[in-house]
Amino acid sequence: MVDPKFDIKDLSVWFGHLQALKKVTLAIAPNEILSIIGPSNSGKTTFLRMLNRLNALNLSFRVEGEIRIDGVDLLRLDVEALRKRVGMVFALPLSLPLSIYDNVAYGVRMHGEKNKKKLEGRVQAALEEAYLWEEVKDRLQESAFKLSGGQQQRLCIARTLAVEPEVILFDEPCSGLDPISTAKVEDAMLKLKSRYTIVLVTNNVKQAARVGDRTAFFLNGELIELDQTEKIFTAPHDKRTEDYILGKFG
Amino acid sequence: MRKAKEFIVEKLILTCGVASIFFVALIFLFLMKEGLAVFKTVSLSDFLAGHKWYPISEPPQLGILPLILGSILVTIGAAIISIPIGVGSAIYIAEIAPAWAKEVLKAGVELLAAIPSVVLGFVGMVTLVPLVKNVFNLPTGLTALSGSIMLAFMAMPTIVSVAEDALYSVPKNYKEGAFALGATQWQTIWRVMLPASSSGILAAVMLGIGRVIGETMAVMMITGNAAVIPKTILVPVRTLTATVAAEMGEAVVGGEHYFALFAIGIVLFMISFMINVTADLFLHKRQR
Amino acid sequence: MRNPYRTQKIAFFFLLLSTLLIVVPVGLIVVIIIQKGLPAINWQFLSEVPQQGMRAGGIFPAIVGTFYLVSGAILFALPIGLLAAVYLTEYAKDNLLTRIIKLAIVNLAGVPSVVYGLFGFALFVVFFKFGASILSGSLTLGIMILPVIITTSVEALESVPASFREVSLSLGVSKWQTIRNIVLPNAVPGILTGTILGLGRAAGETAPILFTVAAFYLPQLPASIFDQAMALPYHLYVISTQVPNVDEKVRYGTAFVLLALVLSMNLVAIVIRSKFRKKKKW
Repeated sequence: MVDPKFDIKDLSVWFGHLQALKKVTLAIAPNEILSIIGPSNSGKTTFLRMLNRLNALNLSFRVEGEIRIDGVDLLRLDVEALRKRVGMVFALPLSLPLSIYDNVAYGVRMHGEKNKKKLEGRVQAALEEAYLWEEVKDRLQESAFKLSGGQQQRLCIARTLAVEPEVILFDEPCSGLDPISTAKVEDAMLKLKSRYTIVLVTNNVKQAARVGDRTAFFLNGELIELDQTEKIFTAPHDKRTEDYILGKFG
Repeated sequence: MRKAKEFIVEKLILTCGVASIFFVALIFLFLMKEGLAVFKTVSLSDFLAGHKWYPISEPPQLGILPLILGSILVTIGAAIISIPIGVGSAIYIAEIAPAWAKEVLKAGVELLAAIPSVVLGFVGMVTLVPLVKNVFNLPTGLTALSGSIMLAFMAMPTIVSVAEDALYSVPKNYKEGAFALGATQWQTIWRVMLPASSSGILAAVMLGIGRVIGETMAVMMITGNAAVIPKTILVPVRTLTATVAAEMGEAVVGGEHYFALFAIGIVLFMISFMINVTADLFLHKRQR
Repeated sequence: MRNPYRTQKIAFFFLLLSTLLIVVPVGLIVVIIIQKGLPAINWQFLSEVPQQGMRAGGIFPAIVGTFYLVSGAILFALPIGLLAAVYLTEYAKDNLLTRIIKLAIVNLAGVPSVVYGLFGFALFVVFFKFGASILSGSLTLGIMILPVIITTSVEALESVPASFREVSLSLGVSKWQTIRNIVLPNAVPGILTGTILGLGRAAGETAPILFTVAAFYLPQLPASIFDQAMALPYHLYVISTQVPNVDEKVRYGTAFVLLALVLSMNLVAIVIRSKFRKKKKW
């Protein structure tokens, strides 16, 4: 493997007395899509939120172990700089109560871009990359809440892209979407792969099979198995992985 | 640059966050600073238990027992009236009233909370005071009873709204369980809802009483302000608050009278402090 | 065996009676003051100074005084109260300090108004030597309404969904920028409601201004914040208890203006709140 984008060793996380992650060790390569599957409460979202340190918002949060991004200790980085590099798309389409344009421009503006031309360029580029530009280019000043759920989710992707991250974390991005919108979001993900490292947490096993280069299976806070997606879905090592994929639990 | 600015802003926020503690401490400190000096001239027991309040005689007599009893009498009267009515109406609004009436009744209670106490005092003067005078055939209607009625009224919004919250916070399945056993609505309220919300209702009552003890203007306008130990509820009384409000303007800064009024302030502050802390404990007990 | 349904009927009757015992007098008070006070209101009453020992003429200086006091109080209390609310919702951890702050707020709300008067006198009038002045009165009222502003602002800030904060933070935007650009703008209606409620409270209070600012009679308007001023609630107190033979119309008229002022503020607050609730996008 080339130098990994993320290198995670013995990562354990607690919320109060509850251990959410147990000594997880794995590496994520640049420009791959890593899918993470597992039943609810398996720790997959907690794992994802470690990569941009969003877990720290929870007051009872405690962490042990090591995460490196490009070889640098992620837990010691300036948190704002880190989150600029590691963007996130949430489970529900969380538009901010702003116009379509301002939603996308928000992060860029906050990072100090004042030049109107440059801002417009960034917004357009991000919307194009998220395959939303054609649908919204004539109504940029409308409230983002007027968009459909699928459009809003792509808007959220655009908003994340606009700050020019290196990594995008997807936290069950299609859980609230219909199949057609889901397909569009998955399309966008596959095309983004060439430029970004993508980590996708999903409840939908088939989605992992469709878009993941590699797939990891989490259960009760442990990493059970990690392999090429094809292998996980055709010949899993662990009985539990097989049971989960076949829908025997979860 | 931006980081530095944000650092300052966050320090400012923290400062404002603890400002409330600072102000409470400041209030206490300045009451003590001005009030404790009175104990150079009177002992604590003479101050609290002295029968005579003649602050401007020579030498001044600074016993606040008549004022304490005045406050207690008016407060007990107000509590007797306001607790059953206040809790009763909280039950009615929370449990019985139909939805449209609920909004109207709540608005009515909120309206009462918004009326300035001096306006209530004024209305009490022109309506309640003559009424009490005529009904009991008294030389004056400015009595402890008038004060109690007025104060009971002023305590209602607090009692009703806190008790209502307490009733709302009872888990739904308690009520459903009782109904499932065939209890009537009243039996459910009496046997299930009231016991389950008792600590919140207790807090409501305490906060209502706190409001009564601290109330100043209305009580000063309709209780007659006679600083004597009351024998019945149909005579004029003077409360702690009214004494401060009425006499502060005449007291010489740094004089004994002035110190004594601040010492009364300490007493009032401590009473309200104890009531609020205890009520808060009850409210938190409910939450857990 | 007693019939449980008859017991229920009797109980409900008494509960209804209690409610009516509160609500009907409230209605009556408002009706009486409108009925007897409204006829006294005319331009002259609102725009002239009191005459004949406050037995006639208008109440203009008292209106102006109350306006100054209330503005001063809010100028002091709003920034502090709002930032305190930001601290409690956005920064405070679940620890002893937070617990003490909350307790202090509860106590601040419970301190008797006349004790605020004493405190304001000792601190601002005597210790800081501001004298009986608009400044002293405003600061005293400001501290008094602080709990109102804090609690309503906390409510407003808490009503902004946590997900907005997460989204903003996940973009690498700093905490303060998030508060400034996402949280506060979406809490404005709630904060406004609290501010107006605080204004109403400050406008109606008498005891805290008794010794810190209020003038018995002062025909000229205050020239600076170091001047004394008349104020509506104190004026009503004075003409109802301290001055004999005041025309009933003047008393009711003053009560009407004060009540109208306070209630209209509350009404505005309620309207903003309900409008906002309907328009809420999330």
